Amino acid sequence: MQVEKFYYDNRTVKNFAYATMIWGAVGMLAGVWVALQLVFPSLNITQYGSFGRLRPLHTNAVIFAFVGNGIFMGVYYSLQRLCKARMFSDALSKIHFWGWQLIIVAAAVTLPLGLSQGAEYAELIWPIDLAITVIWVIFGWNMFGTILKRREKHLYVAIWFYIATFVTVAVLHLVRSGELPYSWLKSYSFYAGVQDALVQWWYGHNAVAFFLTTPYLGLMYYFMPKAANRPVYSYRLSIIHFWALIFLYIWAGPHHLLYTALPNWAQSLGVVFSFMLIFPSWGGMINGLLTLRGAWDKVRDDVILKFMVVAVTAYGMATFEGPMLSLKNVSAVSHYTDWIVAHVHVGALGWNGMLTFGILYWMIPRIFGTTLYSKKLANNHFWLGTLGIVFYAVPMYWAGFTQSSMWKQFTEAGQLKYSFLETVTYLKPFYAMRALGGTLFLVGALLMIYNLFKTVNTGKLIADEAAEAAALEKDGARHSGEHWHRWIERKPVQLMILSLVVILIGGAIELIPTFMIKSNVPTISSVKPYTPLELQGRDIYVREGCYVCHSQMIRPFRSETERYGEYSKAGEFVYDHPFQWGSKRTGPDLAREGTGNLKKSDGWQFRHLREPSSMSEGSIMPPYAFMLEQTLDTTQTAAKIRAMQTLGVPYEKGYDLVANSELMKQAQSISDNLKSDSIRVAPNKEVIAVIAYLQRLGTDIDKNKTEK
Amino acid sequence: MSALFILIGISILVAGSFLAAFLWSVGNGQFDDDYTPSVRMLFENNTDKKTVSKKITKITK
Repeated sequence: MQVEKFYYDNRTVKNFAYATMIWGAVGMLAGVWVALQLVFPSLNITQYGSFGRLRPLHTNAVIFAFVGNGIFMGVYYSLQRLCKARMFSDALSKIHFWGWQLIIVAAAVTLPLGLSQGAEYAELIWPIDLAITVIWVIFGWNMFGTILKRREKHLYVAIWFYIATFVTVAVLHLVRSGELPYSWLKSYSFYAGVQDALVQWWYGHNAVAFFLTTPYLGLMYYFMPKAANRPVYSYRLSIIHFWALIFLYIWAGPHHLLYTALPNWAQSLGVVFSFMLIFPSWGGMINGLLTLRGAWDKVRDDVILKFMVVAVTAYGMATFEGPMLSLKNVSAVSHYTDWIVAHVHVGALGWNGMLTFGILYWMIPRIFGTTLYSKKLANNHFWLGTLGIVFYAVPMYWAGFTQSSMWKQFTEAGQLKYSFLETVTYLKPFYAMRALGGTLFLVGALLMIYNLFKTVNTGKLIADEAAEAAALEKDGARHSGEHWHRWIERKPVQLMILSLVVILIGGAIELIPTFMIKSNVPTISSVKPYTPLELQGRDIYVREGCYVCHSQMIRPFRSETERYGEYSKAGEFVYDHPFQWGSKRTGPDLAREGTGNLKKSDGWQFRHLREPSSMSEGSIMPPYAFMLEQTLDTTQTAAKIRAMQTLGVPYEKGYDLVANSELMKQAQSISDNLKSDSIRVAPNKEVIAVIAYLQRLGTDIDKNKTEK
Repeated sequence: MSALFILIGISILVAGSFLAAFLWSVGNGQFDDDYTPSVRMLFENNTDKKTVSKKITKITK
């Protein structure tokens, strides 16, 4: 057997590591800022800095920029060493790195500009979606190229996780990005209403599963044994929990839609699979923690292991809580509240954040051939980070449970005890404490950046690290009597296809019937498409990220029907491209804003949009005074109507040609109406369109009643 | 809601086949060597001592 000499590429690893640190700081800073906006609404500075536009910036930055770069950093470092091969192509590595950073910059520019698709974690506009597809394929190409030219036959468990990540994220991204462009920047979702909601949370939850979890489990399986210098507790457990995890995760999405208009069977399916997920999840956690069996004394001194232990513990807590939150009776209390915000931050700050920090502290000195500048600073970071998580999560749990209880409280006379606004103003101290927790976490991360900057200065990058290994025999055939899994462990392409089949089973069974079976979405004859003005208003609603704080989905509870009106029906949303059910009620539900006891005058809506606190004292909603000044862009109206027609919305043929005159007619009538309320505003302002949309919400069902 | 029964049926079928595959693989000796790979990844194959930090070479030894 011939021994070959080769070099690991550390430069790309270093680039991704730097990007992880920089975007991490940016994303966390954005998080602290939006947290403060909920305490001090005056921090909503200009339309570009309003909460509805910055919150997507925060989520996209921490998920795709911080964790995304963290994944690539860890994969590029560990994959080369596990395969005993340099990355397949230096050119692809470069394109991958710079392409991904360009996508992040594009996101950071477009989101504050209000260019959004209005689906959580999938806000980015279609040209960026295309770019993500291209760069993701390049990542996969580079990864599989490396695996194919590896010098180590056996694929270590971490690599399986990377492969499953690549395949599933590709599928998720493609399905969620089903959209029809009507201009160079904007598009409408292929899916409407219930279907869009199911696709969204199938995507959304699996983004958690296959972007925040499986790649990080792979990293855990590499970096934790390395940092502790002992093998993983059970290799067998890692095999079992890998297959179980990828198979079960893909079904769990509907637990985001419990008690909504989603067909009940899909909800039940989501609950069952979400609950089962506790087993493979805890399999991973136990495997990680028990890797330290007999070495717990090391954890006392080694700050890197401390970070990793907190990370894996946070993973265990979050994956215990997840199945519990997926139970319908728990979801009834927790959904739409800050409880969910606490839950995701235990995962994001604890699991992703702390594991990333541990890996950075371990890896940076190694690729620079030096030692860590200051252990003391790293220890301080550890405590700031850990305390930051506690100070973040505890107030949010408290806030979520408190607010939910207040929403559901009735007086003895049978009336709702608290107005919605009272439940919001009550939470301000908790929001302030949360901002403090986030700040602690951010300060810790900045300490790390300083510490690692100093570390880098004492060493020199080993850009090409020499290594040697025996060449791999060309023998991919299955030996007689050999087990299929052994065979597939040596065959990355087959492994990828098998992983794809496994995850597609779950996705297909949930999605296809919902699309194909008509009875799942009962149509309501009185539900009509939006008028052109309402459609324009809706697009502004999407642009401003109103869905970030307002739901449009009334659950069938007395506490909700009393407050918001009749519970929402699937048939009400058939023309909603994209759906806007929301996931959090920082403000009240708007599904029936234009009808029943929620109905307000055009003048009220106008004044409220201009300065929310003038109509609702203590409101933390950002002011939208700029809508009074900005002229509604009607150049796209016809294109929008045509796109909607293509998607199956029954506008009459040729309606696109008269759409703008219809639009002006309706706008004039609202403007006249406002005049009678002594408000003078030209009919061509954006605020008119938004009022038209808000006044339309929920009214279709009323028509049905009067007809009967 | 016939879809529900079809789905449960398919779910049980799929989950069952995974369980069967797992049990079969245990019986077939697939996991006989479930130790070596976990140890092997701890070893680095660095050769050029100059380019490797002292700490790593210590671990490898």
